Amino acid sequence: MKTLASRYYGLVALAVVMALLPLALPNAFYYDVAIRIAINAIVVIGLNLLIGYTGQISLGHAGFFGLGAYASAILATHFNWPAPVALAVGAVATGLLAFAVARPILKLKGHYVAMATLGLGIIISIVITNEAKYTGGPDGIAVPAFSLFGLDIAGEKMWYGVVAALLVLVTWFALNLIDAPAGRALQAIHGSEIAAKVVGVDTTRFKVRAFVLSAVLASIMGSLTAHYVGFVTPGLAGFFHSIELVTMVVIGGMASVFGSIIGAALLTMLPQVLSAFEGWETVIFGAILMLTMIFLPRGLVPTLRLRLGKERT
Amino acid sequence: MLAAFLQYLFSGLTVGATYALAALGFSIIYNASGVINFAQGEFIMLGGMSAAVLVTAGIPLPFAILLAVGIAGLAGLLVEKLAIEPARNAEVVTLIIITIGASLFIRGLVQVFLGKDTHSLPPFGGETPIAFLGATLLPQSVWVLGITLVVVAVLGWFFGRTLLGKAMLATSHNKLAAQLVGINTRMILLLSFGLSGVLGAVGGIIVAPITYTSYDAGIMLGLKGFVAATLGGLGSGVGAIVGGLLLGIVEAMTAGYISSAYKDAMPFVLILLILFFLPRGLFGAKVTERV
Amino acid sequence: MTMLAVNNLSKTFGGVKAVQGVSFVIKEGTIHSVIGPNGAGKTTLFNLITGVYEPTEGEIVFNGENVAGRAPNELARRGMSRTFQNLQICMNMSAIENVMVGAHLRLNQGMFAGMLRLPGLRRADVACRHEAAELMRFVGVGKYLASHASQMPYGALKRLEIARALAAKPKVLLLDEPAAGLNHTETAEIDALIQKVAESGVTVVLVEHDMKLVMNLSDHILVLDYGKKLAEGTAQEVRANPDVIAAYLGASA
Repeated sequence: MKTLASRYYGLVALAVVMALLPLALPNAFYYDVAIRIAINAIVVIGLNLLIGYTGQISLGHAGFFGLGAYASAILATHFNWPAPVALAVGAVATGLLAFAVARPILKLKGHYVAMATLGLGIIISIVITNEAKYTGGPDGIAVPAFSLFGLDIAGEKMWYGVVAALLVLVTWFALNLIDAPAGRALQAIHGSEIAAKVVGVDTTRFKVRAFVLSAVLASIMGSLTAHYVGFVTPGLAGFFHSIELVTMVVIGGMASVFGSIIGAALLTMLPQVLSAFEGWETVIFGAILMLTMIFLPRGLVPTLRLRLGKERT
Repeated sequence: MLAAFLQYLFSGLTVGATYALAALGFSIIYNASGVINFAQGEFIMLGGMSAAVLVTAGIPLPFAILLAVGIAGLAGLLVEKLAIEPARNAEVVTLIIITIGASLFIRGLVQVFLGKDTHSLPPFGGETPIAFLGATLLPQSVWVLGITLVVVAVLGWFFGRTLLGKAMLATSHNKLAAQLVGINTRMILLLSFGLSGVLGAVGGIIVAPITYTSYDAGIMLGLKGFVAATLGGLGSGVGAIVGGLLLGIVEAMTAGYISSAYKDAMPFVLILLILFFLPRGLFGAKVTERV
Repeated sequence: MTMLAVNNLSKTFGGVKAVQGVSFVIKEGTIHSVIGPNGAGKTTLFNLITGVYEPTEGEIVFNGENVAGRAPNELARRGMSRTFQNLQICMNMSAIENVMVGAHLRLNQGMFAGMLRLPGLRRADVACRHEAAELMRFVGVGKYLASHASQMPYGALKRLEIARALAAKPKVLLLDEPAAGLNHTETAEIDALIQKVAESGVTVVLVEHDMKLVMNLSDHILVLDYGKKLAEGTAQEVRANPDVIAAYLGASA
């Protein structure tokens, strides 16, 4: 059975991999992929908390990511606010929005939650596309560098250090949470909401907290992405991005922290692999989605764990 | 004043009819399997695109339409057989991802083989706009509404009078009970996907002369069809039709009176509001969980 | 002293009067059974008491406080625990985690404390794990300590659910058909377990169909029929009551 000790081996392994990885990265392009993987992994760990552990579907999470990205972009570019402040404001604003809609949405059943979160994400992305005066419309706007106390985070090596450290930190938080009473409460909500209620869990409050937490995390990573890339476009908040994030959760493994990281890694690298098949990317992506979900419905990491577990006994 | 209002109403009803047919497709599949078929939009697109390409290739319109409907129906059957059936016991999120994968697959294939251009169909009969109380009505709109009415009537007869239709309804109410009385529920599921493909295709074909079509037309159409189905209450046939028409009208009114830039956002604002106040949609069944 | 009192409790679903004007009293430290033919309203009564349904009318007085209409988690906070007719085990968690969830109210310090792994929380959690293991042994599923819920057989899961309910250290334990789906041996084991629980000071209320179990265990029995109270009393009194016999066996013409 999974014990906290065995999970900590995973965390240490992750830290080691992240520390040693730069030795294997030959140039800036590879750093870029690694950075994007780390960013996605952090967002997906948060999303997995909601989908995998608490069992709530969210098909609009990119909306929160986009809110953070554009908050940072607009405040830093149009109003010259310092980057950390813009990031914080974006996170708070996203948190408030998530909090406002969470209660009514999470009271809905199954597919209706999917529809509501889908709708929210699309509304956000349409607003971003239309309010061109601030957002630059479909073309987007440029974003200045992230500056903290006069020091710019610039260049792939610095960014890699920042996001790698963040990833290890967020993974640690997530592993702790799962093994804490609050984490068990979340899983219980997924397993049987009525059972969770009768043991005293305020299920609505927990669902709302999980929703807001994952939304704020997405917003923060959106802000950082804006500064890293130096540019924001409405696609960051779009339906397809939301689907990508959910796919990372499902392929890596629902209710698995390391699954989230693996899922993010695989799906971030996929477009690079697919670009060789010019024109056929969409077809292949669709095929991969279907095949993975049909043959590995639990996702990669839980399936591997099961197989390895069986071989040991 | 009145003229403008009527204009928006007509165009709203016209596009609303497509949404209604899409919503019916969603509801039929949802009833048979509990799955939300995100590939529904691609069935609509397949109908319009196939017909357009066939007509361009020289096939007479009526045959092109029949073939296109057949193609979309076949696509529905294949999606069920190859993608849904192997994973039928999976969790909701997994099934949703599978249908999204199917929609990408179909859309990708159309993009590769038929290109990214927009296509259109010739109007079914008559090109001169009809004047009505100051508003102009395209003849194609009349075709759209007329055909939709016929389709709905046929469906009503099918589900109400034929054994097969009743078997489908029985499966949607209680799958286990249906199986126990000898209904082949696997076949029913297959049929529901095929039927939804056909319905979607019809919707796509009848508006193609007005709104044109392209490889990515399915995305928004599918999503809005989903909204319409949810609006009316997932699984309710009447709800799907009412939801679709209502959605089309709200969209047209928004475009006309408020802002055409936000017309695409309106369906989603509407569904959020409805879900907050009527969690089961307009006609959704009230279900209490037995513990 | 009275642990739980129900006054004139009613629940109507649309046109169906599931429970009509039921009143009874449960004394502390007793084993109280609710019986009746299928559809008599037993589970509805349970669901009303435990906050799953809101009453249409009437009072539920728990420990001197009217708790009618309160949510299940609020009732848990006041010392009420229950199991379910259709097992509500979290199949996505391990056996011991299922039991540990039962202690949620005593342990939980919120999500941030959880994420930061505060030392006080860690120690409490380790203690909780020991307690959960003890409880699993108490109810007789000790051999599943390292198992996942999905690997356990039905009978064991029924007992696991009781362990979970006990983890909350409740004052009142409501068991909804604890013997449903169990064979003779397993039912006898449940019988012994329920007696052990009652001996430890917990007031037990159960809904059951297995008459042998009910007659053997109960200090007091409440009989429901068509949502109304048909009779109540000790096992002997209820067994001899002609109305009860008629309800179960049908009156001879």
